[in-house]
Amino acid sequence: MAPKVVVRSLFKVFGKRPALALELLTQGKSKDQVFAQTGMVVGVRDANFSVNEGEIFVLMGLSGSGKSTLIRLLNRLVEPTSGQVLVGGQDVASMGKKALVALRRKDMAMVFQSFALLPHRSVLDNTAFGLEVSGMGRVARERRAMQVLEQVGLTSFARKMPAELSGGMQQRVGLARALAVGPSLMLMDEAFSALDPLTRTEMQELLLQLQKEQRRTIVFVSHDLDEAFRIGSRIAIMEGGRIVQVGTPDEILRNPSHSYVRAFFKGVDVNQYLVARDVADLSAFPLIQAGPGDASSPAELLARLRLSGWPQAFVVDAQQRWLGTVTPQSLQNACSAGTPSLHHALLAEPPAVAAALGMQALVGRALTSTLPLPVVDGAGIYLGAVTHKSLLQRFARSQADHG
Amino acid sequence: MADFLPLGEWVDAGVKRLIEIDPGALQQLGAGVERLTEGLEILLLAAPIWLIAGGFVAIGLWRVGWKFALFCVACWVLIAGTGFWPQTMVTMALILAATLLSLAIGLPLGLWVARSDRVAAIVRPALDFMQTMPAFVYLIPAAMLFGLGRVPGVLATVIFAMPPVVRLTSLGIRQVNREQVEAAISFGCTPAQVLFKVEIPAALPSIMAGINQTIMMALSMVIIASMVGAGGLGNDVLASIQRLDIGLGFESGLAVVLLAIMLDRITETFGASGPRRSLRQRLGLSARGGDQP
Repeated sequence: MAPKVVVRSLFKVFGKRPALALELLTQGKSKDQVFAQTGMVVGVRDANFSVNEGEIFVLMGLSGSGKSTLIRLLNRLVEPTSGQVLVGGQDVASMGKKALVALRRKDMAMVFQSFALLPHRSVLDNTAFGLEVSGMGRVARERRAMQVLEQVGLTSFARKMPAELSGGMQQRVGLARALAVGPSLMLMDEAFSALDPLTRTEMQELLLQLQKEQRRTIVFVSHDLDEAFRIGSRIAIMEGGRIVQVGTPDEILRNPSHSYVRAFFKGVDVNQYLVARDVADLSAFPLIQAGPGDASSPAELLARLRLSGWPQAFVVDAQQRWLGTVTPQSLQNACSAGTPSLHHALLAEPPAVAAALGMQALVGRALTSTLPLPVVDGAGIYLGAVTHKSLLQRFARSQADHG
Repeated sequence: MADFLPLGEWVDAGVKRLIEIDPGALQQLGAGVERLTEGLEILLLAAPIWLIAGGFVAIGLWRVGWKFALFCVACWVLIAGTGFWPQTMVTMALILAATLLSLAIGLPLGLWVARSDRVAAIVRPALDFMQTMPAFVYLIPAAMLFGLGRVPGVLATVIFAMPPVVRLTSLGIRQVNREQVEAAISFGCTPAQVLFKVEIPAALPSIMAGINQTIMMALSMVIIASMVGAGGLGNDVLASIQRLDIGLGFESGLAVVLLAIMLDRITETFGASGPRRSLRQRLGLSARGGDQP
């Protein structure tokens, strides 16, 4: 997929002489040192990342980490000090005023933490705001606004004023206002942070639902780990104006690259984010790879099994696809059948577990099974076995890593 | 005792010098103000009583409520009945001219003050000066520069009445929620669109409060301005003081008070925020939401 947004060595310094601050930063001074020396605040320091078409890219960090500044650099609500921001190939950081206004009107929309609805306008007029600004006629823009209000479930509130709506509904209007212009890039700044937990979950679901209907590229700022993991295709973690790690939620969870990232998980029960794939251990249980042709005959496998002395083993084919479990007994039975075939030797127990199975369900299954559980991915490829031991080891490790 | 700081002499010399070097700009300014004020005066005096008074009653009914509309009727009966109709119209013309000029200068200045901290740093002490300098003092240079009559009266009034609208416009614009402005910009608003679609509507209650204050200050100043021959109700107030005529003083003073109350109550409703009351509620026909005249 082509990247929708590419950010290259982007800096933002707030202060009177940003060039001086940049100079100090290139000398390796920290954000705090620059502030102590010059009184200038480094908002974003050497940000480099790209956002792929159609993904939800989450910028995560604590307050003051520069994430809100960074998202505002993408549509130049904040003027960059140096660096490039390519949106659909155009450099936002250096384009002229007219081009910038045109780009904001047709290609970008933003959703704000405090909703930022205009209090003197009805829900419908707020929703149609972006279209009105770009000069669309009243009839056309109101028709379009009604369509998006339907998408967010607010048709019957079109004539209400924002103050008459609850927070969750106001943010639906904020979302509708952004959707109405049909942007290819949506910027969401702590969009759900001001909502109560229940409404927040509801809005996250709505966003994922809308994303299913029509894929848009979304950059989402959040300080909430749960939220980032729930909606993020990829996550960038920020600290002190710098991006310290970018990766999929899985990658970040499994390999926190930085003590700061690990600290982020502190006090968070990371086990709730683990899935069967994370616990699967390839060496935890004997595995026999059946070759093509004769190498897959029950007799051949029986010989190999006896040689190794294993009481049972999982069998995969030449492409590592999981086939089933065999024991000497089941193989013997298959050999003595009329036409010996491996398939007759395969036992259905224990059943394979999907790679994405959540921890809670997995522990339940592991407790009721005497044998290790084979984990397979969507294509049926064997990823390893889950044993009681591997589960305990994983829990012990995450305690040590994050606790 | 000789002053070691003859500030008064310097100001005096400065004003005289201004008159000397003026190539006619002051005269032109004066002529423009004269035309505006005179035009308004002729218009108001020519209009029939029922039109003006009826207009006040109708607007009072629309903006405030039926009790206030009745109050307006009583006011106009009193003003016309005591024979102060023409003077009241002259005063109204002075107020209107001074207010229009104050707004024409004050609104853009307020916007500028809101936008720039440097301008604010210069303008704020100037506004303090304009508001706290005893009002009579403006009349002296105004009369020297423009001669006696309506013009110095109106211009002195403009100086005295302009500060509130500058201050409250600036305050209103500065208090507009930052994310609302950011939202407007992020959807591709030009600076003018941000101003007219977001900032001014959001600042409107504050701006309207400023306009209301400006009108009230203009009313108090045009009375004082009769000292330089501006005319209107102020003339009667002045005459009653000179002749110690209690009756005339009371009647003319009452006309000023009634005019002030009507203008204040009506203009303040334009700045009121919150849900608008329906016409039925204003007419007292609806059970919910009583009137507070």
